[in-house]
Amino acid sequence: MGEVRLEIPARADYLGLARQVVAAAAAVEPTFRDERIDDLRIAVSEATTNAIEAHADLDRDERIVIRCNLGDDCIEVEVMDRGSGFDPDEVEAMPDAEDPARLQHEHGLGLPLLRVLADEAEITSGEGGTAVRLVVYRSPHLAP
Amino acid sequence: MLFALDVTKQQGWTILAVTGELELATAPQLRQRVVGLVGDGDTRIVLDLSGVDFADSVGLGVVVAALKRVRGRGGDLVVAGAVPRVRDLFEITRLDEIIDLFPSVGDALAAGVGDAGTPMGRSNG
Repeated sequence: MGEVRLEIPARADYLGLARQVVAAAAAVEPTFRDERIDDLRIAVSEATTNAIEAHADLDRDERIVIRCNLGDDCIEVEVMDRGSGFDPDEVEAMPDAEDPARLQHEHGLGLPLLRVLADEAEITSGEGGTAVRLVVYRSPHLAP
Repeated sequence: MLFALDVTKQQGWTILAVTGELELATAPQLRQRVVGLVGDGDTRIVLDLSGVDFADSVGLGVVVAALKRVRGRGGDLVVAGAVPRVRDLFEITRLDEIIDLFPSVGDALAAGVGDAGTPMGRSNG
């Protein structure tokens, strides 16, 4: 399958479209299990939400690019923004559930979720923007 | 997709039913509704997620914010009816350890004592 490429405005109301397109691309492969497509939808939602928020201070014409490639056993998705970047290693750890401070953290769940649900997740970030590369296998036992 | 919020009252609890996808585009509506309810003194809330077919971390975050708000006023918030996929997210993020999850609104109300002044019992110990 060739590359599917989607460019969206950095607006929350385009988030659902991004999920739909990527899920539909994965569903081209009929053996892609439904629960894996669900994992993919959430992971893409997390990556695209981060990208939309990274564009908050940019010109409205700047687009977020979502590229996906469907392979025999997996789909690779890359979400690219032109925000100011961040250090993924510096993301604050979430307090334990029993810590009363846990309730102070309504943000910060996105990257941990993304890393759990995708079989591979790679974040490259710099001053020119951030690229999040995700790979989800059509069946969990195929993941390396 | 349609996103809707519906409020009813049962046994001293406010049932806030959410329909649609709970994410960046829709979470502010839920946040605003909870702020309004708590402002009106409704601090015992059952959040009915049976109509939510998709949620992500932004959706979970607004639930955490709602819980913080009601507990700050001496109330409580529980989640009812989450479909397995959404319930999984509470478990992956360990939010199920700070928020009570019930299979349905009926189960949530049954677990309570029906006394408007008494907190609802936990379902998961």
